[in-house]
Amino acid sequence: MAIYGTALLSLCVLVGLALGRWLGALCGLDADIGGVGIAMLLLIFSTDWLHRTGRMKPPTESGIVFWSSVYIPVVVAMAASQNVRAALSGGLMAIVAGTLGVVVCFALVGVFVRAGGAGRQENSEE
Amino acid sequence: MNSLLPAFESAFTKYSLLTAFALVGAITWGSYLVADKLTRGRLHGSAIAIFIGLVLAYLGGVFTGGKNGAADWPVLSGVGLMGGAMLRDLAIVATAFGVRMEELRKGGAVGVAALFTGIFTSFVVGGAVAVAFGYRDAASITTIGAGAATYIVGPVTGAAVGASSEVMALSVAAGLVKAILVMIATPFVAKAIGLNNPRAAMIFGGLMGTNSGVMAGLAATDPKLVPYGAMTATFYTGLGCLLGPSVMFFIVRLIFPS
Repeated sequence: MAIYGTALLSLCVLVGLALGRWLGALCGLDADIGGVGIAMLLLIFSTDWLHRTGRMKPPTESGIVFWSSVYIPVVVAMAASQNVRAALSGGLMAIVAGTLGVVVCFALVGVFVRAGGAGRQENSEE
Repeated sequence: MNSLLPAFESAFTKYSLLTAFALVGAITWGSYLVADKLTRGRLHGSAIAIFIGLVLAYLGGVFTGGKNGAADWPVLSGVGLMGGAMLRDLAIVATAFGVRMEELRKGGAVGVAALFTGIFTSFVVGGAVAVAFGYRDAASITTIGAGAATYIVGPVTGAAVGASSEVMALSVAAGLVKAILVMIATPFVAKAIGLNNPRAAMIFGGLMGTNSGVMAGLAATDPKLVPYGAMTATFYTGLGCLLGPSVMFFIVRLIFPS
């Protein structure tokens, strides 16, 4: 049944977010630290266990796969509910601060990827 | 005949989530058609769809004066639910189904390094811009630096260090500019920065941090990379909220004692 997959997925999200909030509270924050990441790990481990023990049936999988396949439309809806007007009317300083941060971090992605890539090549030569 | 329009309006408003599914479906279909025919696949369909979404959000903000973009039109309120935190998190976690554990382990250490570098860099750049625009008090500089991290870290930090509401609004605006720019620009710079494998996506998520920006940017680049970027980006905002009012504020206060 597809609902088994969706139920498992929902449970992973709920438990992950709860643990993320708890982690935040431990740090004295009213914020979530890594909730979605924890939920992803829970899903990876639990589905892996179901696969290994032969309990994962195709209909169960379809209850998870459906939600990952509507991911892009959900992101489009998310984009459509952003406060774009506030971003554009925030004035020059907000635009400069936001843009400059993005430009520098994009450049750093390249640096990190290249630095690690060199290391990995050395490993593969061993 | 006179009652036809109100009947449609009431059905579309009442079942607004279904209206959102239909509208987003239509936008996505049109975008993939345009991507295929006009750009011959050079520009990913999802990039165009996300851009149309942002334009709709801008129009929604202008015409309704609200802050939820297109979702502030009553008939499109379902867009807010569809793109809201609940379904967004459900869909993003679902993308982890099929993620290879060894890929995560391979990118783990460098992902953590990217996280701290990303938060620190955003604070420094945002803070420097604040100084360049004439701010000299530690609370304002830290808050605007925090906004350059994400639009959540900004106001959280501002509230903790006692920044003015005007400065907090600016920090939210800076964070929104960042999120939107990452959504739009990522597919264009992906090749130049080597963003084409899970490990690079984890670095990207850690350095950029803005959840919505990372998710949409990667979706428009290569949907297979989405879960890896999301895995690191999800720690960014929490970590930023932790470091902003403490370490960052402390450092800024050393440089700009009041």
